[in-house]
Amino acid sequence: MPVETWLYFTLGFMILGSIIALEIKDILSSIVAIGVVGLGVSVAFLFLQAPDLAIVQFLFEIFAMIILVRAFVKKDYHAETPARVNGFLVAISMLVIIAIFVSSISVFKLLPPFGQPLFETAQHYVDHGVRETGAVNLVTAIILDYRAYDTLGEVTVLFTAILGTITILRIRNGKNAGRKGA
Amino acid sequence: MILYLMCFALFLVGVYGLLTKRDLIKLILSIAVMGYAVNLFLILFAYKKDAGIPILLEGVVQGSMVDPLPQALVLTSIVIELGTTALLVALAIRLVQKYKTFDITKIRRLFG
Amino acid sequence: MNDPKNGMTLIVKTVTRVTVWLIVLYGIYLILHGHLTPGGGFGGGVILALAFLNIMLAYGRDATQKWLNIKFLEDIEAVSATLFLFMGILGIALGGRFLMNFLPKGTPHALFSAGTIPILNILIGIKVAMSLFLVVWVLAGLHEEEGGKK
Repeated sequence: MPVETWLYFTLGFMILGSIIALEIKDILSSIVAIGVVGLGVSVAFLFLQAPDLAIVQFLFEIFAMIILVRAFVKKDYHAETPARVNGFLVAISMLVIIAIFVSSISVFKLLPPFGQPLFETAQHYVDHGVRETGAVNLVTAIILDYRAYDTLGEVTVLFTAILGTITILRIRNGKNAGRKGA
Repeated sequence: MILYLMCFALFLVGVYGLLTKRDLIKLILSIAVMGYAVNLFLILFAYKKDAGIPILLEGVVQGSMVDPLPQALVLTSIVIELGTTALLVALAIRLVQKYKTFDITKIRRLFG
Repeated sequence: MNDPKNGMTLIVKTVTRVTVWLIVLYGIYLILHGHLTPGGGFGGGVILALAFLNIMLAYGRDATQKWLNIKFLEDIEAVSATLFLFMGILGIALGGRFLMNFLPKGTPHALFSAGTIPILNILIGIKVAMSLFLVVWVLAGLHEEEGGKK
């Protein structure tokens, strides 16, 4: 079968999974459904010839699920009264979103068909990448040689995000944290 | 073109969740869905028909390759997404501990 | 270590003791071969973090703390981020550009090739592994504290 057929199937599956994740009442089912959507992204990356991304997406999905389950599932969530939903606002939002979707069809018609990319600037990397960097994995050659400065910024963003997380989580238990070393 | 439209529909599902849901966890999940859609769109857009992976294999003569540049950018984007998710989870935990509810309409202090 | 009150059952602990090293080995393999095969610093780092996490889930938080020095892990994280910057400055000194690939390139498809790329991969792997493990560690600590209050 051609790649497009598999991608139609995967994308439809992902849309269905995300709608289920947002509409279902039980919070554990919701988190698991989001995990399924992430694995769908990973499979789509495999079909699109990006094995690096497939591995990283798969692992990060597992990690995000562990964080979410660890953080929220044990709390007495089910004792909460379900959130009140304003039907009028939901209807308006649905109408606006459908209008955006219908009017964007003409914009997407301007794009080239699937399989014929617009970007041609990266041809330099494909032609000269191995000779200039020595790395046969061209994705690694780009993120750690041609654009290593981007990676430095990315490490800084990750460092800051994790630092913020740890700081926010430690605010109340300052005394305990010092003693336990946590 | 239909693939691009389906990817855009996935993004709009995330926007729908962000606009209509009143639950902190559902908001975090909506943001994650929007991130998936954007990453997937960049890679869909860079796909070249009948092209191989952007890795040279030993002893194999390869034809054309897909564009490695968007893959490098999306790799960065996935990692940062996880960092922001962790930050959002931390903020949500503190909000729940302070106000004892997951419903954002009941958190009166945020109305300013 | 084998306190039945902490962590999961004896079966899980025994299996974990064997398989954790395989997981760590796979993570190190992915990091070291990042310039030859799919994978690299980010993926390998997450696998290392998941290995530590496996120990923490199986043995409980207190037992893990006895043989993993958490302060040391935090130090490693900061040091690896600083060393990344240091490699960039070394590139200015030896090559003329920030983060320049100043080491010899070697032959393609060899493990020791591609100049500074494997070194940067190792640094990123350590950084990602430590920071992600610390997030889950702090989250787990939050839960135990709440359980203690109730």
